[in-house]
Amino acid sequence: MSVGARLRRAAEVVALPAVLLAAWWVTSDGSESFYFPPLREVVAVLPDTWFAGGADARIVSDVLPSLARLLTGYGLAAVVGVGAGLLIGSSPVLRALVEPVLEVFRAVPPPATVPLLVAVAGIDDLMKVLVIVFGCLWPILLNTVEGVRAVDPVLADTCRSYGIRGPGRVRSLVLRSASPQIMTGLRQALSVGIILMVISEMFAASNGIGFTVVQFQRTFAVPQMWTGIIVLGLLGVTLAWVFRVVEARVLRWYEGIRSAHRSGG
Amino acid sequence: MLEVRGLRKVYTSQDRTVEALRDITFSVAAGELVCLVGPSGCGKTTLLKCLAGLLGPTGGEVRVEGRSVNGPPPGMAVVFQEYGRSLFPWMTVAQNVELPLRHKGHGRAERRRLVTGALADVGLAHTPDAYPWQLSGGMQQRVAIARALAYEPHVMLMDEPFAAVDAQTRADLEDLIRTLWDRTGVTTLFVTHDIDEAVYLGERVVVLSSSPTVVQDDLPVDLPRERDQLDTRAMPRFTELRSRVYGEIRAAQRAASRPDGA
Ligand SMILES: Nc1ncnc2c1ncn2[C@@H]1O[C@H](COP(=O)(O)OP(=O)(O)OP(=O)(O)O)[C@@H](O)[C@H]1O
Ligand SMILES: [Mg+2]
Repeated sequence: MSVGARLRRAAEVVALPAVLLAAWWVTSDGSESFYFPPLREVVAVLPDTWFAGGADARIVSDVLPSLARLLTGYGLAAVVGVGAGLLIGSSPVLRALVEPVLEVFRAVPPPATVPLLVAVAGIDDLMKVLVIVFGCLWPILLNTVEGVRAVDPVLADTCRSYGIRGPGRVRSLVLRSASPQIMTGLRQALSVGIILMVISEMFAASNGIGFTVVQFQRTFAVPQMWTGIIVLGLLGVTLAWVFRVVEARVLRWYEGIRSAHRSGG
Repeated sequence: MLEVRGLRKVYTSQDRTVEALRDITFSVAAGELVCLVGPSGCGKTTLLKCLAGLLGPTGGEVRVEGRSVNGPPPGMAVVFQEYGRSLFPWMTVAQNVELPLRHKGHGRAERRRLVTGALADVGLAHTPDAYPWQLSGGMQQRVAIARALAYEPHVMLMDEPFAAVDAQTRADLEDLIRTLWDRTGVTTLFVTHDIDEAVYLGERVVVLSSSPTVVQDDLPVDLPRERDQLDTRAMPRFTELRSRVYGEIRAAQRAASRPDGA
């Protein structure tokens, strides 16, 4: 990509959010509504609300615990989901056994399981992490199974005839070949995970971003509550960006094939 | 080196059975270059997969280096018909060639030497870091051949490797196979549906009938060892041999289309 093309791409990415923020700023500026304060006011209290207080600042006492629970749950779900997906995807017998159960979970959109999960979420960190694991697991597992099943038979024969089997086969063939589907599952799981992180903190918790937002709401600190929502949005955007960077690296070959086909290859 | 005795293969699925091979018997001696020719759909790929231990036969036996085959035999390399799909798209050309060597247990320096050598042999010394999907069909096929060569096999099986490349590339690749065989002396079984190619490349041609498939003919190619795309193909003996193979295939088709099927 040339410098000009890069700049244009960057401009395209930033343009719409910038316009929306500006619109929010202008239309809310004279707002008298209690629940919709001017954005100017929200931005003004944001630094004090999240960054003041050194080691006691909310960015440390609330954002970090949230992030830690999210990443722990997400990481566990990724390991378990990909591992189980590899097993189920490569064993026809196992697949026949669990397929009916998987069918049900495939039909249920992951966010729809949130209320149930929240109902079982306890106060301790472990329960919250387990809620995130449970929610993130299904998209990862289902997509991994699909990816493993779709391994090209010619590549599988190539491995067999060159004596490539066992862990080497999983590393060189199965995981790489299934990586587009695995990444799709991980991407879906990331948004489910963020939702579950927030919601699980809104009910029984002593810290976290979700907890903070609810605290502000209960104490009628409305501009501060809005800053919590903005922090959440920023966190989501940042995680999505990190994910895209990783994905672009992992799936470089896949994008390469697709653009080679597009250009008439 | 390679022995096929009474090989029969029937594919069965719920609603139909296909007798791909009826009764195949032939053998290939160590160091030979044999072409296996037969009409499209006669079961060439099926036969090759049985030889490679990728498919279990319904009847008969395959022996490689004296041992009965019931899984991929070590020391055998296969170049598949769908060469584009047999390369790992997430690996570079060099990594594709290197992968089987890792599993064979070669050290790093040895692997490097074999990969560089094989890529140079097929004329791809300058593209080790390209990905397969960045290459033309002919170049992809050469990567698959380089991978087989680097493996230092005792037996090499090739399934219509040049079916999908243009005429000039095809002629170049044919000469490449002759040259490499001449130098390494690796036992080679080359499958094709092209009669001219079979006679030009082989030291011997095994002719398969159309389905139900049996060995129709097995004839030595008594052309000079030094082959040349123009001179060899212009030889009267070349024309005689290709006419004979052509006649055999025609006869087989007539026999197959007779109502009693015999
Ligand atoms: N997995 C399979 N299941 C059922 N039938 C099969 C299967 N593979 C091949 N066949 C059938 O067996 C016969 C021989 O197929 P095969 O691919 O071995 O032929 P071929 O000589 O290699 O053909 P081509 O020249 O097109 O490559 C065909 O009739 C084909 O339809
Ligand atoms: Mg075939």
